[in-house]
Parts: sequence; C-alpha cells; structure tokens
Amino acid sequence: MSLPGFPDAAPLPGLIGGLLIGLAAALMLLGAGRIAGVSGIAARAFGIASSSLARMGAWAFIIGLPLGALIVTQLTGATAPTFAGPVPLVVAGLIVGIGTRLGSGCTSGHGVCGMSRFSQRSLVATATFMATGFVTVAVMNALGLAVLP
Amino acid sequence: MIRDILVSLVSGTVFGAGLALGGMTDPARVRGFLDLFGAWDPTLAFVMGGAVLVMALAWLIQKRMQRPLFAEGFSLPDRRDITPRLVGGSALFGIGWGIAGLCPGPGFASFAIEPASAAIFVAAMLGGMLLVRLVEGN
Repeated sequence: MSLPGFPDAAPLPGLIGGLLIGLAAALMLLGAGRIAGVSGIAARAFGIASSSLARMGAWAFIIGLPLGALIVTQLTGATAPTFAGPVPLVVAGLIVGIGTRLGSGCTSGHGVCGMSRFSQRSLVATATFMATGFVTVAVMNALGLAVLP
Repeated sequence: MIRDILVSLVSGTVFGAGLALGGMTDPARVRGFLDLFGAWDPTLAFVMGGAVLVMALAWLIQKRMQRPLFAEGFSLPDRRDITPRLVGGSALFGIGWGIAGLCPGPGFASFAIEPASAAIFVAAMLGGMLLVRLVEGN
C-alpha cells in the first residue's frame, strides 16, 4: 500500500507500528499505572532521576526496547538503516538528553501518552519539539549539512 | 514486584517492536518526516496517529478503574503549568531529534540494529541528562 504523492511513505507499517506503541503504552498505564515515557524511564534506570517506578522495572522496559526491535528485524528481514556519524550522534544525544530532562519528556511521554490525554503541557511540548525539529532539518538542508549518506 | 517487572518488560518489547516496524529506528525515515519543507515523508504521522488512538481509548478505560491491574495505584503526572523550562527543554529536544533522526526510544531500540551508533547516542544522551542534574544540584 502506498500513499498517492508520497512514493517513499510506508503508511501501513507506520500505522501498525503506531498501534503497537499505543498498546505498549496502554499496558503500562492500565497494568502498572504509569506513563510509558522513555526518557523518564531511562533516567530512572540509570539512577539520574528518582521515581516511584522500581528501578528493576525501568531496566526491564529499557531492555525490552531492543528486544522488540530485534524480533521485528528478524521477522521482516529489513535491511539495516544508515545512522549518523559519531560527531552528530554525540551532539544530538547531548541535546536530546538535556532537552528531555528540562522538558520533562520526549516523543513517547509527551507525544503519545500526554497528547492522547489532552494534557496542555504535552500539547505545548509536542508542538514545540516538532517545530524545532522541522526547522533544524530545514536549516541543515539549506546549509548542505548532510548527516546521513 | 515480579509482575511489575514482567509488565514493564512486555510493554518495552511491544514498544520496541512498534518503533522498528513504524520506521522510528530508521534515522532517514525520521528526518524525512521532519523535512516538512522538502521531500516530506508522512509515515511518522501514521505512527503517531495509531499510537495516540490506542492511548486515547486507554485513558477512557483508566478513568473507570480504581487501580491498575498489576499495581497498588496509579502514579501519573498531574502538573498543568506551562513553564519556560518546559518550552525551552522541548525546543532543545526537537533540535537534537532533527540532527540525528533519533529520539530516546529508538536510541535504545537501535541497539538491536546498529549497536555502536546506538551506544554513542545513548551515552551522550545520558551524559546530557546527568549534566542537567549536576547543574541543578539535586
């Protein structure tokens, strides 16, 4: 299935992937009574932030992420995507780490869990990080800064 | 306790599977979505839409529950204030997301795809988190 006008888009895997992410976050909410916000859970797992979430639980969630990705890549046999080089990865990682702590969340906590709850904070956060994401890619393209070959 | 850990493990695994299937672990796909003024790739809008749809239903169910299925009680964010910290932090996060096409979830999930790149990104991200904690002194 393709999207008219967008030959590279993969709407069906995207939608199914999104439904799975929603199910995972729903399990966390209805099962454990918590928000599946990855940046917060990571900070908890590595002892950077305290939380009522047990540290073992945080680790279990974090370990599950690559486990799930591994299952999908084994099943679909998809070719490995290309990643940015070490320098942009370090710069991006640092900024993401600082930003998610200050902003109390990332794509999962604000974008999925908060938006679906109509949290005003999450709506503002998501609109903001989407906007600066759009601008960042536009500026980098305009300057000819290619991070992916 | 053991049920807590099991719920987290299953949730993380399904989450990681969704990220990989939806294309969130492919930086080119993510940057294609953020390239709104260029060759825009709308795939991630479907990811976001699917996830928000299921979670909106989950919130409706949550409202009718006294307590979660496998825990003593709900522990949910309840802040409502829009602060410069929230906006500034989110603005920074979006810049980092745009530079490498990775956010925290896909960063961890990518250990199954390209471990060296995932390790560099995650180490830097944890460094950034630690920096905030050190500067704020708590």
